[in-house]
Amino acid sequence: MATTKHAISLTVNGEHSEVRVEARRTLADVIREELGLTGTKLGCEHGVCGACTVIVDGRSARSCLMFAVQANGSEITTVEGLDVDGKLDFVQQAFTENHGLQCGFCTPGILMSVHSFLKNNPNPTEEEIRIELSGNICRCTGYQNIVASIAAAAAASR
Amino acid sequence: MKPAPFAYHAPTTIDEALAILGQDLDGSRLLAGGQSLAPMLNLRLASFDNLIDLNCIAGLDHIRIESGGIVIGALARQYDVAHNDDVRSRLPVLSTALGHVAHTAISNRGTVVGSLCHADPAAEIPAVWLAVGGKLSAQSPAGIRTVRAESFFDSNFTTTLKPDEVATEVRFDLATGTTGWSFEEIARRHGDFALAGVVIQLSLDGGSISDPRIVVFGVGATPVRLAGVETRIAGTSKLDDGLLDQVVADVTAELNPPGDIHATTEYRRHIAGVLVRRGIPRALEDAQSRV
Repeated sequence: MATTKHAISLTVNGEHSEVRVEARRTLADVIREELGLTGTKLGCEHGVCGACTVIVDGRSARSCLMFAVQANGSEITTVEGLDVDGKLDFVQQAFTENHGLQCGFCTPGILMSVHSFLKNNPNPTEEEIRIELSGNICRCTGYQNIVASIAAAAAASR
Repeated sequence: MKPAPFAYHAPTTIDEALAILGQDLDGSRLLAGGQSLAPMLNLRLASFDNLIDLNCIAGLDHIRIESGGIVIGALARQYDVAHNDDVRSRLPVLSTALGHVAHTAISNRGTVVGSLCHADPAAEIPAVWLAVGGKLSAQSPAGIRTVRAESFFDSNFTTTLKPDEVATEVRFDLATGTTGWSFEEIARRHGDFALAGVVIQLSLDGGSISDPRIVVFGVGATPVRLAGVETRIAGTSKLDDGLLDQVVADVTAELNPPGDIHATTEYRRHIAGVLVRRGIPRALEDAQSRV
C-alpha cells in the first residue's frame, strides 16, 4: 500500500516526461534522480536554504517541500531551462558580469527565485532585493555581489 | 532526510476527503500548502500512513469580503492573501504580517488556514487572527461548525479542531469605525519565526482609545492577549512615558516566555515589552491617520 507508485506526467523545461514515483518522493528528488537534471540542488531539505527553488506553474516553489505526485500535470522550469540555445539569459548574464557567485551551489535556487521576483516586481529597491534574498542562503559571497547582480538583471529587463 | 512511506490521496470534494479521513483518523493527515508538514515529514519528526491532499478540491481558494469580515478559503495562498487589494485596504495588518511570513517560494504554496491549524506559537498569522477576531469553519460528517479565534488555540501546535474535521475557511472580522493597527516583531532573519512579536488593533472613540486588542506571540504556548495592558490603555487619548512604562511593567508581569537556543526567557520578556511599547503609539498614530 504505502510503497505504491503513482504514474505522473511533468513538463520540465518544455519537455514532457512520464515517470512512476512513490508518493513520498519529493519533486526535487524526481527532478534530480529520475530526470537527471542535477542543476537543482538540495541543501537542507526542509525549506530553509532555498537551493532547491524551481518554478512550478509560473510561481517559485521549494521543490523539497512538494511531493512529485502533487506536481502531476504541472509545468516546471529549472535552472537548465533558462538559457536559450546555450546563451545565458539576462539573470544568468547579470550574475556572470557582477561576480554574483562563488562556489555556485546556491546559485540555481537564487536564479529561479530572482526570475519569479522580477516578474512580480520589475523595478525593486535594494531593500526589496535583500528581503527577497532572505529566502536563499549563500555562505560564500556575503551577498553584496548577489544584490548587485539582481539590480543589474532588473535594469537589463526594463 | 527523506519522508517515511505514506499512501497519498487526492480527493476532489470535501465529502470525499472526509470519507478518507474517517477510515483512519489517527493515521491520517491533511495536506494543504505543506510548507510546515513537508519539513516535519522530511525530518521524520512526523509520519502518517495516509496523506490527504486537499489541493485538488475546487472552490477553496477564495478571498472575499462579506459583511463585517474577510473570508479566506483553505487553499488561498499566503502570497495571494498578502497581495489582495481588499486585504490591503481593509485589513492592512494582515498584509503587513504576511510580509514577515517565510519567503516568496514558501508563501506561494503555504496557506493562511494551514498556518492557523499548524498553530506554531511563534507564527504571525494566528496572532493577527486572535487580535482582530473571527471564526473558522470546520466540516465533519456531522456538518459544519464554527470556532471563534479565542477558542481555537489550545497549546503548542495544538488546536481544538477535532480529528474528523477539515478546516474549510476562516473569517477575519473587520472592525467598525476608525481603526488602526501595528505589527512588530524581532526575528534573526527576515522571514524566520519571530523571537517575539506583537499585533495591535485599536479604535478611536472621540479621540480616545477604544476596544484595544494586544496579542503577543512567540512568548508562550499560544498567541496571548494581554488583557491587563488593554485595560491600562483603554480610554486614553494621550500616551505619555509614565503610562508606557506601566505598560511595559504589565507585559513583564503577564508573561513567562520559554527560553531556548535562540533567546532566553528574560530576553524574550524584555523584547515583548519593548515591542508592545513601540507598537501602541504606532497603532494609535495609524488610527489617527485614518480619521
